[in-house]
Amino acid sequence: MNNILNVNLGNWRLDNPVIPASGTFGYEFSQWYDINILGSISLKTTTREPRFGNSTPRVAECVGGMLNSIGLQNPGIEKVISEEIPKFKKNFNKKIIASVGGNSIEDYVFVSKMFDSMEEVEILEINLSCPNVKNGGMSFGLDEKTVYHICEKIKNSCKKKIYIKLSPNVTDIVSIAKSAELSGADGLVLVNTLLGIAIDACSGKPIISNIFAGFSGPAIKPIALRMVYQVFKNVKIPIIGCGGIRNADDVIEFMSAGASAVQIGSANLVNPFSCKNIIDDLPKKMKKYGIQKIEEIIGRSHCI
Amino acid sequence: MKKQDFLKVISNNLIAKNIFKMCLVCGCDLEFIPGQFLNIKIDGFYLRRPMSICDFENGIITIVYKIVGKGTEALSKISKGNKLDVIFPLGNGFDIKKSYDNITIIGGGVGLAPLYFLFKTLKKMNKKVIVYAGFRTLSEIFFEEEFSSIGEFIISTQDGTKGNKGLIIDILDKDCDYYFTCGPALMMESVRKILGQNGQFLLEERMACGFGACMSCVCKTKFGAKRVCKEGPVFFANEF
Repeated sequence: MNNILNVNLGNWRLDNPVIPASGTFGYEFSQWYDINILGSISLKTTTREPRFGNSTPRVAECVGGMLNSIGLQNPGIEKVISEEIPKFKKNFNKKIIASVGGNSIEDYVFVSKMFDSMEEVEILEINLSCPNVKNGGMSFGLDEKTVYHICEKIKNSCKKKIYIKLSPNVTDIVSIAKSAELSGADGLVLVNTLLGIAIDACSGKPIISNIFAGFSGPAIKPIALRMVYQVFKNVKIPIIGCGGIRNADDVIEFMSAGASAVQIGSANLVNPFSCKNIIDDLPKKMKKYGIQKIEEIIGRSHCI
Repeated sequence: MKKQDFLKVISNNLIAKNIFKMCLVCGCDLEFIPGQFLNIKIDGFYLRRPMSICDFENGIITIVYKIVGKGTEALSKISKGNKLDVIFPLGNGFDIKKSYDNITIIGGGVGLAPLYFLFKTLKKMNKKVIVYAGFRTLSEIFFEEEFSSIGEFIISTQDGTKGNKGLIIDILDKDCDYYFTCGPALMMESVRKILGQNGQFLLEERMACGFGACMSCVCKTKFGAKRVCKEGPVFFANEF
C-alpha cells in the first residue's frame, strides 16, 4: 500500500482516506473489486429492531443527483452482528465503521453498546441525520442540546470512539458540531443528505412514496464542502467529509477544506468502481498538484 | 459474472407507439438467463435505467423499451454507432430448469419484452408453450411477427383493434402446468388468481444501483424483504 495516501482518524491509521458511506455499500462490492483497497467501510445504519423501511418508490432522479427514502431498512442489531459482519469479514480484513440509528436515545445506546464489544468495529458512527424516518434520525441532529445529550449518553456507555454524522438541514452547522465536540464526540461526519422532494409534472404527485427524501450526489458538493470548511475552523476533532464526492479532485478539495478522510455515497450506486477509481487516481492528481503526502493538505484552504 | 462495459449501439428504432427496440453489441463470451436485465447510463442523467433483456443472440443484446419519462426519451434519441455505459447481466432471471412441459406465458404491454427471450429459450428446449399478449390498442403492439414465427401467440387489445377484444386474462386457457408472466401488477395478480401458484413473476421497480447495494427496489414477500434487483426481478408466485 502506498503510504503517501495514509491518513489518521485520531490514532487510527488508514491506508487511504476513501471510505464508502453508510447505506451505499455492501460486501456485494467484492464482486467488482478487492474491497481491501479501501481505507475502511461504513456499514448500513443498524437499529435495535429489524426495519423494513419505507414503501416504494424509494428513489428518484434529479438534476445533479438523486433522492432516496429507504427508511433505514436493516435486519436489526442481532442479525447484523451474527450474519452481516461475518459476511463482511470474509471479504474485508480491516476495521470497520458501524453506523448506529434509533427511534429513541435508549435505542442508540443499546445498539452502540452491542457494537462496542465487537473487535471488527473501530468507530461508532452515530447517525443523527437520516431524514427518512418518523422518529429519531434527523430529529435528533437538529438541535444542539439534543445532540449534546445523546452523544454524552453514548460516550459514557461505550469505549470505542464515536463520530457523529450530522445533518446539513440546519441553520448553523457550527454550533451543532461544537456541541457534539463538547459532549465528548471523537469526530464528525459531515454531512448526510439534504431534505428534498420530487414531483411528477404530469400527475402533480410526489414521486417518492414517503414524499420527502434525502438529496445526494454532485449537486450537494458545494454545500457539504462549505460545511466542512466552516466546522474545521471551529472544532479540534477530526472530520470525515461526505457529500457529492465522485472523483479524486473532490477528495483533495474536501481535505483542503479540513476533512481528514472522506466518505463516498451515491457515486457507488452509479458506478460500482467509484471508490477504486478514486484510490487509483489520487496519486496521479497529487503528483500533478505537487502534493507529497495527502495528509499534509488537511485544512490548507484556511492558510491561503 | 457481472461487468461494466461500453456497448456499441447498432440500432435504435421505433417499433410501435412510444416503443423502441435497441440492439447493443456485447461479444459472444457471455451467457444470459431470460429475465435478467441491464442497467444503462444515459448522458445527462444521474441514475442508470434498468432494462430487461428482450433477446440475446450472436453477441447482440436486444432491449425493447417504452418512453415513460425524460430518461427513456433521451435513450430513444441515441443514434447507432454511439456507445453506452452498461452494467450487466443483473438479476436472477427465470428458473427454467424444472421439468414442466405445458407452459403458458402471459405478457402485458411492454412487459412482453423480456418474455421473448424466455419464449425462444423454452422452444429450443422443445417445450409446449403458448404466449398470451395483452395490449391497449393496435398501435402499441410489437414483436407480433417475432413471436408468431416461433410458436403460438395470442393477442388481445382492450379496444378490440386487433385480436380478441378485452383483457388478456379473460381468454387464458387454464390447462397449463406452469406459467411465466410480466406486465402491470394488476394483470399479474389476476393471472395468479386464474392459474394458481405454479408460476413466476418478473417484477419492475424503480432502482438505483441495480446490484443489491442501495435497497431502493425492495418488495415484501412471505419470506421477508427481497431486492427486486438482486433476489429478483423474477419471483415465484408462491412468494407473495
